Amino acid sequence: MRDFDYAAPTTVAEAVQLLQSHNGAARPMAGGTDLIDQVRVGRLTPDLVVDIKKIPELTAIDFSTTGLRIGAAVPCYRLYHDAQITAAYSALTDSATIIGGIQIQSRASVGGNLCNSGPAADSTPSLIALGAIVVIAGPKGTREVSVDTFCTGPGKNILERGEFVVEIKLPARAAHSGSAYQRFIPRNEMDIAVVGVGVSVTLDAAGQNFVAAKIALGAVAAKPLVADAAAKALIGQAVSEATIQKAAEAARAIATPIDDMRGTIEFRKHVTGVLTARVIQQAVERARAT
Amino acid sequence: MSTTEANPGKKYTVIGTRPIRHDGVDKVTGRAKYGGDIRLTGMLFGVMLRSPHAHANIKSIDYSAALALPGVHAVVTVDDFPDAENKIAELGEGAINLQHLRHNVLAGPKALYRGHAVAAVAADTVNIAEDACKLIKVEYEVLKPVLTAPEAMKPDAPLLHNNVYTNSLGEETKQLSNVAKHFRFEKGDLEAGFKAAKVIVEREFNTATVHQGYIEPHNGTAMWNSDGKVTVWCSTQGSFTARQQVAELCHIPVGNVKVIPMEIGGGFGGKVSVYLEPVAAILSKKTGRPVKIIMNRADCFEGTGPTPGSYIRVKMGADANGKITAAEAYMAYEAGGYPGSPIGAGAMCVFACYDVPNGKVDGFDVCVNKPHTNAYRAPGATNAAMATETVIDEICEQLKMCSMEFRLKNAAVEGTRRIDGPVYPRIGMIESVEAIKNSDHWKTPLTGKNRGRGIATGFWFNCGLKSAVTATVNFDGSVGLVEGSTDIGGSRTGIAMQFAETLGIPVDQVMPSVGDTDSVGYTDVTGGSRVTFATGWAAYEAGLDIARQMCQRAATLWEVPADQVKYENGGVSGPGGKQISFKDLVVQTCKHGEPIVGRGSADPQCPGGAFATHCVDVEVDPDTGKVTVLRYTASQDVGTAIHPAYVEGQIQGGAVQGIGWGLNEEYFYDQSGVMRNSTFLDYRMPTCLDLPMIEAIIVEVPNPGHPYGVRGVGEVPIVPPPAALANAIYNAVGVRMTQLPMSPPRVLHEILAKK
Amino acid sequence: MAKKRIVSTTINGTQKDFLCEPRQTLLEVLRDSLDMTGTKEGCSNGNCGACTVHLDGRPVVSCLVLAVEADGATVETIEGVACNGQLHPLQDSFLNNAALQCGICTPGFIMQAKSLLAENPNPSEHDIRFYLAGNLCRCTGYDKIVRAVQDAAGKMSGCCSEAKV
Ligand SMILES: Cc1cc2nc3c(=O)[nH]c(=O)nc-3n(C[C@H](O)[C@H](O)[C@H](O)COP(=O)(O)OP(=O)(O)OC[C@H]3O[C@@H](n4cnc5c(N)ncnc54)[C@H](O)[C@@H]3O)c2cc1C
Ligand code: FES
Ligand code: FES
Repeated sequence: MRDFDYAAPTTVAEAVQLLQSHNGAARPMAGGTDLIDQVRVGRLTPDLVVDIKKIPELTAIDFSTTGLRIGAAVPCYRLYHDAQITAAYSALTDSATIIGGIQIQSRASVGGNLCNSGPAADSTPSLIALGAIVVIAGPKGTREVSVDTFCTGPGKNILERGEFVVEIKLPARAAHSGSAYQRFIPRNEMDIAVVGVGVSVTLDAAGQNFVAAKIALGAVAAKPLVADAAAKALIGQAVSEATIQKAAEAARAIATPIDDMRGTIEFRKHVTGVLTARVIQQAVERARAT
Repeated sequence: MSTTEANPGKKYTVIGTRPIRHDGVDKVTGRAKYGGDIRLTGMLFGVMLRSPHAHANIKSIDYSAALALPGVHAVVTVDDFPDAENKIAELGEGAINLQHLRHNVLAGPKALYRGHAVAAVAADTVNIAEDACKLIKVEYEVLKPVLTAPEAMKPDAPLLHNNVYTNSLGEETKQLSNVAKHFRFEKGDLEAGFKAAKVIVEREFNTATVHQGYIEPHNGTAMWNSDGKVTVWCSTQGSFTARQQVAELCHIPVGNVKVIPMEIGGGFGGKVSVYLEPVAAILSKKTGRPVKIIMNRADCFEGTGPTPGSYIRVKMGADANGKITAAEAYMAYEAGGYPGSPIGAGAMCVFACYDVPNGKVDGFDVCVNKPHTNAYRAPGATNAAMATETVIDEICEQLKMCSMEFRLKNAAVEGTRRIDGPVYPRIGMIESVEAIKNSDHWKTPLTGKNRGRGIATGFWFNCGLKSAVTATVNFDGSVGLVEGSTDIGGSRTGIAMQFAETLGIPVDQVMPSVGDTDSVGYTDVTGGSRVTFATGWAAYEAGLDIARQMCQRAATLWEVPADQVKYENGGVSGPGGKQISFKDLVVQTCKHGEPIVGRGSADPQCPGGAFATHCVDVEVDPDTGKVTVLRYTASQDVGTAIHPAYVEGQIQGGAVQGIGWGLNEEYFYDQSGVMRNSTFLDYRMPTCLDLPMIEAIIVEVPNPGHPYGVRGVGEVPIVPPPAALANAIYNAVGVRMTQLPMSPPRVLHEILAKK
Repeated sequence: MAKKRIVSTTINGTQKDFLCEPRQTLLEVLRDSLDMTGTKEGCSNGNCGACTVHLDGRPVVSCLVLAVEADGATVETIEGVACNGQLHPLQDSFLNNAALQCGICTPGFIMQAKSLLAENPNPSEHDIRFYLAGNLCRCTGYDKIVRAVQDAAGKMSGCCSEAKV
């Protein structure tokens, strides 16, 4: 592995300062499960690795009536070990349980998954479906952006030099809502999504009609896609096979996947529709179960 | 798990039990030393620079900048090896031309695949050596690659070599070509056979390159001493084969090389050829210090020998009664960068399970711009079985006949002549099929939508070859047993068990170890399912040798003529009811006379082929093409199961490798010949979550060609799975798969095409 | 070259300080600097689980941990699993069930299974397969490994080296 230096700041301000140093060759590290491998194979070439796990805000979880705040470096296992989070933000814990194996989940964070900005990242569609806000600290202070606009291309995002993600905020769960995430992989674990779909729906009190919905797709475009057309096909409609199929078709229509070692265009487009329908169904079941 | 004994009469005291392996505690506590664990004073670390191109002329290599980097001690290229002779080195399971081996170890005038080693650096740390590799300037003239056998066989295909001429039907031609060899086997009258058929099915198959996938990466450490003696520590399937290759490539006498085999973390055929050891040796010669090289995972995929992708066409005919009348195969296997794919074995195996009266098999060994292929568990047979066993399923469908009955009806038996010539001795093909027919699995109907069951059979020759063992009796009656077969899966215990059986002593009184090349007699590779068979035989001979010496001792002790004593029941008996156990005799007589040392060596000729039949239930998701294995049963004629737990383990492990091959494993190349999935995340070997328990049914039809009836066990279980899965997928969703792997995109494609 | 760091850790209950470069992984330091070669390397990119150790009680792949990160942490490796010369029930059951062939994956599987049983003393077959999915074995087909873990779970009551998770 190439040579680099290491720092472990304990405050956000210190981290911002370190990240501004080294002419842009300083890099934050949360769990390191992407970063260390990418340095090893030469895809990343940092001169300084800034370990952000020693900053208290970055590993805090705050669940309250107003919503959920997750420090950007919180490892996946802490999310699914938390019963409140699992009940209220099921899509997110669906994602957290399938990123890598158990060992990876001891270290891998949702913040790292988002900032790595891979098109197939498993937690990003869930964050989009759940309406997450990303809190970013940088030389010019703190800013908040919708997760919908965070990723801009494979491995690319809106972060500017010296900036890093401090936490992710999720709104409180609405009544009669449910969420889910599923991906297609050829194996049953330890695989990268060939297609991933995150869905959140809110039903009326009777559980018969869609009141609100948000759908996001992973691994079928250069970045995670917000499938607004698919969500629109649900909102205001009765929960039915036909409605769900319409949404699935709309999701399929916006997928622009590539052929690669993980799947073909034909496969990815087809499975986008299949999974979208399945995940909506699962979200509906969860919404009704509450 | 059940054991079917075809020969219940013969009873052993040690054989057939399940003792804890002798090396077990070291392996569960982390104390066992594998190749990568070696540490030597003053040791340097080597790293190989590899070609980024699949096909290129190497115009020049300038490593001056690398050499100048602090901490770098030496850089070598192929020019540091003496010229190799144009001769074939036999490696036990496979053979290679030494000039090709030399150029495979470090590329010569051409880089023939992506990942082909071009230069090597020795430095104080791996990190420095890696940094130095980046400073080596290699000027490449990039050429167009050719990546599959059918492409490479076209007349206008890019040529890999300017000195490989097609050997056609036994004759050296003047034809420069990627086809290194074309051979043919024939039997009977093919045309008449097809005329007699009621049903004829002909299909084409393409299978992908797959890797053995051992978890321990290749490694090699060498010390070239000032007296010209070279010591090598490595993880190898054959220490003597490694010694031979190092000696030949470095042009030093075999006696100057000592190979110390470390524990080995899996091989499956892939750790027979050398890749690193000779390079470590040359680096050590240049630096005067020990040098260790370990591959990373991508190097293991890209720079070692996977098993070939193939193109196969099989045509088979059967009469109305379901008797095979004729069969024909055209098989082209990818050899990779240098000639020498396992096409020969594949062609011999393709119809080997059946009595085929009229047949013809054409085999082609084809060079392509991929790593030089190597053995992988029954090399060549799995590709072939995929073709034959699914064609049979289709024939049975047309004849409306149960494919189990078809297999029984056409099964090869003692006396059947294979298309390539040999006549079978007593074999257990029928027994292996019947074991499935009688299994709980087969008798339990499969219900549910999109579910299907498939069966398939497979054959592998197994091999004999040379083995040696020495046994030294300790004063307390325990025995040290040194054997030459490197132990990949508990074999030292299976060997010790045969030795203990021979002397009638407890196996925990035998201390087996794997010797280095200076301390034990020549032993061929751990491959060809031969270790328990041949090295076990040598241990049996060593046991007999000791028994003879014990008889002499007892005769002296009792003062009776030697011909009146006999070794039996774990000791010696003599006239007048005299009896003494092995241990007592040792304890009583050890202080007098010379130490007792036994030797045994073997070069057995009749390994007795192995047959396996597998049955699998799958469920196919018709919307995604994903195949889930619900239940799996594998039966196999093993001759005699020496240690049944490890026999089951071989069957289970082989079956799962076959499942991986069938469903998801493949080298995925882009057009420029770059493998895009050289990690365990994207080269999808099964995890435990992808599998059910694997039921292993041990069938014992003792091999008449072995003192304890052993046949080889390790290889044949990989042969049937892809075909069994293909047949099950057809029964589940009605699509015939003719390509491996049967990955979700391919299965879904067929399902959608059918709609 | 970046300055070397002094790292203080507790490994298998013993205080251990070592010097390392920031770019060295915990796996490299364990194997190359501390001569603890029981932890195995199969891929060095987190995909095989052979290098599994426990870091502050959680199972991690040590090839994806920088050694400097272990400062102040506790590390448990395969070398610390047997205690007072007595094998852990998992080690026993791996031997009794013939759950290893080449054995290169075994230390990783035992470390991973140990944390499974600490978290879930009574796992179903599916729980076991799910928890061990990050560990590859190419030899056994997993059948006997799964059985060994089931077996150990049945037998584990009051071993002195219980992990806390
Ligand atoms: C074996 C294996 C299996 C995997 N399986 C999956 C999978 O199934 N699904 C999946 O989506 N991913 C998978 N991954 C990828 C990886 O584990 C995830 O992306 C993980 O969530 C990354 O989190 P981390 O904390 O380890 O990130 P790190 O590796 O620490 O960081 C990732 C990237 O984000 C940057 N970064 C991290 N935190 C911040 C921050 N707060 N602000 C700004 N930038 C930051 C880093 O500089 C780096 O570029 C797998 C990886 C491995 C090794
Ligand atoms: S070596 Fe760490 S996971 Fe493979
Ligand atoms: S026993 Fe060899 S990899 Fe598991």
